[in-house]
Amino acid sequence: MEKVLQIINLSKTYQSAGNTLTVLDDINFSVLAGSTNAIVGPSGSGKTTLLGLCAGLDAPSSGIVELNNINLGKLNEDQRAQVRNQYVGFIFQNFQLLPTLTALENVMVPLELRGEKNIKALSMELLDKVGLANRSHHYPSQLSGGEQQRVSLARAFSNSPKILFADEPTGNLDAETSEKVVKLIFDLNKEAGTTLVLVTHDLDLAGKTQRIIRIKGGKLVADEPTNQQ
Amino acid sequence: MDNFNLKRKINIPWLFEMAWRDSRRNRSRLLLFISAIVFGIAALVAIYSFRFNLEGDINSQAATLIGADLTISGTKPIEADLKPLLDSLGDKRSEQRDFVSMVYFKKAEATRLVQVRALKGEFPYYGSLETTPIQAGQTFRTGQNALVDKTLMLQFNAKVNDSIKVGNVTFCIAGVLNKAPGQTGISAGVAPTVYIPLQYLEQTGLSKKGSRIQYNFFYKFNSKVDVEKLTKRIDLRLDKAGLNYETIQTRKENTGRSFGDLTRFLSLVGFIALLLGCVGVASAIHIYIREKITSIAVMRCLGVKASEAFIIYLIQIIGIGIIGSVIGAFLGSALQFLLPSVMKDILPFTMSTNISWLAIAQGIILGIIISVLFALLPLISIRNISPLNTLRLNTDNAIINKDPLRWLVYFLILLFITSFSTLQLGSWVAGIFFTVGVSIAFVILTVVAWLLMKVMQLIIKNSWSYLLRQGFANLYRPNNQTIILIVSIGLSTAFICTLFLVQGVLMKQITLSSSGNQSNMILFDIQASQKKSIADLTRKQGLPVIQQVPIITVRLEKIKGKTSSDVKKDTTLNIPSRAFSFEYRVTYRDSITASEKVIAGTFVGKAPTTGDIPVSIEERFSKRNHINIGDHLVFNVQGVSMPVVVGSIRQVNYGKIQTNFQIIFPTGVLESAPQFYVLLTHVPSNKASAKFQQVVVRNFPNVSIVDLGLILTVVDELLDKIGYIIKFMSAFSIITGLVVLIASVRISKYQRIQESVLLRTLGASRKQIFAITALEYLFLGTLSALTGILIAVSGTWLLAKYSFEIPFAIDLMPAVILFFVITLLTVIIGLLNSRSVLNKPPLEILRNNA
Repeated sequence: MEKVLQIINLSKTYQSAGNTLTVLDDINFSVLAGSTNAIVGPSGSGKTTLLGLCAGLDAPSSGIVELNNINLGKLNEDQRAQVRNQYVGFIFQNFQLLPTLTALENVMVPLELRGEKNIKALSMELLDKVGLANRSHHYPSQLSGGEQQRVSLARAFSNSPKILFADEPTGNLDAETSEKVVKLIFDLNKEAGTTLVLVTHDLDLAGKTQRIIRIKGGKLVADEPTNQQ
Repeated sequence: MDNFNLKRKINIPWLFEMAWRDSRRNRSRLLLFISAIVFGIAALVAIYSFRFNLEGDINSQAATLIGADLTISGTKPIEADLKPLLDSLGDKRSEQRDFVSMVYFKKAEATRLVQVRALKGEFPYYGSLETTPIQAGQTFRTGQNALVDKTLMLQFNAKVNDSIKVGNVTFCIAGVLNKAPGQTGISAGVAPTVYIPLQYLEQTGLSKKGSRIQYNFFYKFNSKVDVEKLTKRIDLRLDKAGLNYETIQTRKENTGRSFGDLTRFLSLVGFIALLLGCVGVASAIHIYIREKITSIAVMRCLGVKASEAFIIYLIQIIGIGIIGSVIGAFLGSALQFLLPSVMKDILPFTMSTNISWLAIAQGIILGIIISVLFALLPLISIRNISPLNTLRLNTDNAIINKDPLRWLVYFLILLFITSFSTLQLGSWVAGIFFTVGVSIAFVILTVVAWLLMKVMQLIIKNSWSYLLRQGFANLYRPNNQTIILIVSIGLSTAFICTLFLVQGVLMKQITLSSSGNQSNMILFDIQASQKKSIADLTRKQGLPVIQQVPIITVRLEKIKGKTSSDVKKDTTLNIPSRAFSFEYRVTYRDSITASEKVIAGTFVGKAPTTGDIPVSIEERFSKRNHINIGDHLVFNVQGVSMPVVVGSIRQVNYGKIQTNFQIIFPTGVLESAPQFYVLLTHVPSNKASAKFQQVVVRNFPNVSIVDLGLILTVVDELLDKIGYIIKFMSAFSIITGLVVLIASVRISKYQRIQESVLLRTLGASRKQIFAITALEYLFLGTLSALTGILIAVSGTWLLAKYSFEIPFAIDLMPAVILFFVITLLTVIIGLLNSRSVLNKPPLEILRNNA
């Protein structure tokens, strides 16, 4: 199977008050297309930093991040933005919808950026899939947390991404809503055949993926399959 | 990698759509940004429209201002050899002699000093003497008739066909003079005009030798003659004979220049309003972008390029700039209709109020430029907002501080302020000084704010009450608004306070007082033979003789051995050629007066029997003409050359009503030169004034009397009008300053709200939140206002000393009032902003601000 993400000798360090702080240290792994993966670890272990680097939101201090065979280290920020628009979908813990755009407009943005046609119908279809077709003209502030995360899901799948990164997607939701959102993530992912990489400290959620990558103190300490094959 | 293209074209229409969408939920916040631009642009467009209309009016009405193609004038009778030249000029000629004299209104039994114009010929050739009845402007010339200014007619309740006596001749009032060419409402008030036919001048007995008469010759050319060329040809001969000339073109230039100064000053006041608006724009956009960091990061995550994100917000700013500028431009156009009514008395022509599209266009373009320029600093930071902010919000200012482009923006801002102030002030030096001044104020305020934060960090003690600690700690905590608030409030205060203080300093210079025992009546043109009898008459009336001084008219022939033509030929001599064209009225005495102070050399009261005659010159005369102690001058005293040496330089206090002189000779030199005397007295009432004037005019018809009480009323009116114009323009700065204050404090609301809500959630009472907020804004307001006022006082001192060259004496009351007003407003607006936190449950606010 094709490798959609490859991480080779990845390190990230920060300079703070004259000291070098190593957040990620020599991480190596790869992600196969269509697979579902979870990165888990305690608070401060570096999992969000790793997600940011994998998605091309930040540049590594050393090492290689290859996304869909594109070495992100050789691209500038604008080119990485282009990669994200083309191949990546995002789901955030705090939803990160644009507050001044309606639900429909939020879903439309990635498609508009790509200059695609028939955007509105496609976006409405996605909103329908997440059960929010009747709330398409509402602003984020007029939606509940669960509804906002569903809009975020519709947006994440709108550009038919190769890979979907989710950062604690249920972190801000109650148990009942979390369950619905998780189901939607996995259903949509399966339907679209997208690769899923999610960061969580919720081991139940991680257990729903095919593979768990464990991070501790900036190091990869375990990389094991689950029984969800 | 499947057909991945790294180069995506920027989709401009989509950027416009995003800009529109993104602004949707923030438009009420943008309203304040718009207001910041509106008033500055309104002020400038009003002034620009006024200036353009003024220029148009001067161009179209210049001929009627002068009334002829060419005017030649001098203060001496024309010499025989020059007469053929003057008679050869023009196709139509008129002659007029102007002098001031007392005129007696028979019916009212009252006298008043007027400007008498004895006219022969058809002047004015352009425009007319506007009279009631209309034909009187022509018919008065044919008999023993006079035209009397309307202010005089009103003052003495005179009617057409009443009589007035000018010197020895009684004239019938043929008509009321409403307007003469080039006359302003104010000049008519100070010295109202009476026209009489020239053929009666001699009979009046007022044209004797020694009288101060201006001889005017007006010419009209029927054929096409290049008057400028002609005047250049005869310039030297006229100059030699002490004659000046004026053409339509020179009048156009002179009028334009004098009103140019006024409009330039008003434009600068308008520019200050605009600069305040710029402060408002800069601070508001700074916070606006800061609030948008997460949205921008999300967009970047979804694939928006840095340049695209920058353009989205640039489009918004340009949009705001256009809206604000268009509103401002049309408000300014409407306001310019008020200016002519305010200024009609100081304008010598009818002012039109056309809508100036050029002014509107300039205003709109300027508005957009400043909106973009002053928003650029926060705008460029958009390029550096990382998509990583979606995962971890980082509002660190370092992203702005590290951007090398910010230096280019600083440079562009400074270049803009320098160029624009240069344009307004008409000089690079003044423009640079203005910019340096503004920059210094900016730096001082930033340093004060920085020091405040550092000091607060050091001095806050755990022993202080919780409210005090919390209130003061807000000044240095992360996301504090200390620097931006102190700079914007401080700059607004400094600008507004400087306007008040400078106005006060200027007004103080020209405020005259007729109170106490100061002179309030001046008698002049007293001949040597009348000196003693007039002094006796004054005392007989129970009035004091405060001063009686001789006056001799002289001209400068040489300065440091150089003549007028030497100076014209060699500009490196650094002597202004106009020094030679003036007629100086000098005196002689053996001591200085109480209002004079010798600042260099020694005052010599009696001329030595041998050697150079030591004269004393006034400080400003010395500076203007670059004349110092020991320099040699040659005066022409009524035809006799008199070499002198500068013995002393005096400082003169012009604030006192008395005779002050630029040049004082020692006694023993000019006693036998042709001279007249001036007598200063104090009349206690209008009744005493009228009685004294009648007695003097009856006994000494050649003596003129100036009732300073009357003049002071007119001057006061003029000062009131000028003061009103300045206040009118300053009002724009004050309104903009207020908008900036509201904007600055309001934007800090979004920084404080979260913290206050958290405190409320943790159990802080409304009273405690109120006290914490009040303390923070009270401290910010006090410090900003105080620093701004100190900057204004220093700025006014510099302006008074180096620009206006007048003593620095300020009235601190406006500054004190401003201090309390600004502090109070800061606290009130700060508290009003917090009222939503105070009055609503925390959860509701948290939801609304999520």
